Amino acid sequence: MRALYRCLWLTRALEERLETIFKQGHVVGGLYRSLGQEATAVGCGYALAGGDWIAPSIRDLGALLARGLDPREVLRQYTARGSSLCAGKDNTNHFTVPELGILGPISPLGTQLCVLNGVALSFRTRREPRVCLTFQGEGASRTGTSHEGFAMAAALNLPIVVVIEHNRWAFGTPSTAVAAVEQWADVAGAYGVPAGTVDGNDVLQVYDAATQAIARARAGDGMTIIVAETYRMLGHAQHDAQKYVPEHELGEWLDHDPIRSFADYLLEFGFESESTLEDIRSEVALELDAATDEILAEGYPPAEEARSRVYGDSALDADVPWTRGPEPGYEGLTSGRPGSPASHRGGA
Amino acid sequence: MEDDNAVETTYLGAIREALLEEMRADETVFMLGEDIGIYGGAFKVTDGFLDEFGPDRVIDTPISEAAIVGAAIGAAHMGLKPVAEMQFIDFIAPAFDMIVNFAAKSRYRTGIGAGLVIRGPCGAGARSGPFHSQSVESYFANVPGLKMVAPARAFDAKGLLRAAIRDPDPVLFFEHKFLYRRIKEQLPTNEEVFVPLGKARTHREGSDLTIVTYGAMVYKSTDAAETISSEDGAEVEVIDLRTLRPLDTEAIVESVTRTGRLLIVHEAPRFGGFAGEITAQVCEEAFEWLDAPIRRVTAIDTPVPYAPTLEDYYLPGEDDIVAAARWLLAY
Repeated sequence: MRALYRCLWLTRALEERLETIFKQGHVVGGLYRSLGQEATAVGCGYALAGGDWIAPSIRDLGALLARGLDPREVLRQYTARGSSLCAGKDNTNHFTVPELGILGPISPLGTQLCVLNGVALSFRTRREPRVCLTFQGEGASRTGTSHEGFAMAAALNLPIVVVIEHNRWAFGTPSTAVAAVEQWADVAGAYGVPAGTVDGNDVLQVYDAATQAIARARAGDGMTIIVAETYRMLGHAQHDAQKYVPEHELGEWLDHDPIRSFADYLLEFGFESESTLEDIRSEVALELDAATDEILAEGYPPAEEARSRVYGDSALDADVPWTRGPEPGYEGLTSGRPGSPASHRGGA
Repeated sequence: MEDDNAVETTYLGAIREALLEEMRADETVFMLGEDIGIYGGAFKVTDGFLDEFGPDRVIDTPISEAAIVGAAIGAAHMGLKPVAEMQFIDFIAPAFDMIVNFAAKSRYRTGIGAGLVIRGPCGAGARSGPFHSQSVESYFANVPGLKMVAPARAFDAKGLLRAAIRDPDPVLFFEHKFLYRRIKEQLPTNEEVFVPLGKARTHREGSDLTIVTYGAMVYKSTDAAETISSEDGAEVEVIDLRTLRPLDTEAIVESVTRTGRLLIVHEAPRFGGFAGEITAQVCEEAFEWLDAPIRRVTAIDTPVPYAPTLEDYYLPGEDDIVAAARWLLAY
């Protein structure tokens, strides 16, 4: 419980830190936040086991932190450091980190499901009980590529979980204006797979649903779609003041803030004390202070690096370690309730 | 080398052999595409593969080119070697996003490559209309991170496909459908047929004019060269590029510095076609050696039409090549 809270808080605090350094001019390009959606990402990230793969959308920072991503890597990405996971060649969370089972997205939406299908296919081919999970906003789920990805995953019975984050807005357009779908779980009917709807702002509900869907995929029973009902509390990116959003909606969803709700739950049922939560918040702030100082002292990549790494060298690419899965009989590391999954991630 | 066992193999058979041999030698090689398993492929390239390799390695997919290429990328990330079939190369269009934005940029952005092959029948002449006849290389020529192969001979089709499968980067492999069953060659059986990517070859030697071409146009260009030889007494060199990217500029320049005249022939439309890039490179590298302007013989700037009269008019003909060659030789 403590680890979950910490991860939720870290997600928000890290994004707030990014916003601060964005305003100071350190962030190169845009900044995209997941305010209000942190529980969906964190709950799903925690439900996966070591060896599993995840493909986040841009608003799933929490899932990556839950998978063990060092917050410094996020700061490096946004500030285009030469030391960043993309070596300064791409921004936001567009990194692929095989050691953590992270497949980065690209900006054209709906695409990473198709690629994650290939990762899942490799698990199936090698008879490894590993699972993939990916996210899509309901907006992204309208692309043709996304439909192809769903259809392929279902047809090949791949071990995959797709979380549709119904956050009501695709950039500046409400989903009601561009989709006739009312219950987003209904889309699963077109692919012949089961779906369920959860309160995406309730991290425990998300975790439970994801855990069940992951277990189903791991057992060889194929894809599950989870619809997480949530709300994008900020504009598409920093440049978007979301003037098009009805104020009463923001107010209603603010009352349902995922982090405050979870803290209230922890306190009400005596899982944690207020001082423990305060300690976590202070610790996160200190960690981010140190990380920010460290990363701001680093530099951009040398200009001539722009030419590097377009093509590969087959000798270097041979036998990469993450392509070898767990030993036969591997059942995954995660089971049971939230609280336990943190242990194998170095006590996040 | 003497090879008593050499057998006559079609261009299509050579592709099939390359796939069979690579799949037998390396269990990480697998295929995915439409109708490749149960049916054995629209052109029967993979006939019998499903029985030999099973459904994990010969995967019938939905009609979803983006999902096919996407799955190939993900599997490549995990160390498998996917060979994705486009039933006709025209159908690569729905997968454009996955190829140019995901596969081609993956290594550059993330350091994680996507070694995969996307292969399929290209080219016109089979009376197949606008959507089963295209040459798509120029759609992809401006995308760093991709490699492109367009063999003309059975030997090269086999050797280059093997190289493509073993390559760490995404390779688009254009098989000319007009050559599938028309080209037959004795292929060696006592040595591995392997042709490295990025190397052009001289299909016909000559000292008076260089024709740079690839795919089915290698044969029309050679026919034109023979006509010029017998009727004009001039000798035309025909360079078969084999690989379009990386482009073997060195081989082109070497030939042009000997002949002083360059004609580029391709089946794709003219505007923005590959000939333009080759022209620019030769102007940059060997302008002083040129005795005449560089000329192009290409398809006309229209979609590929259906009726035989229209398609024949659309395609570069031997007479077009002869006329351009004569113009250059007389310059």
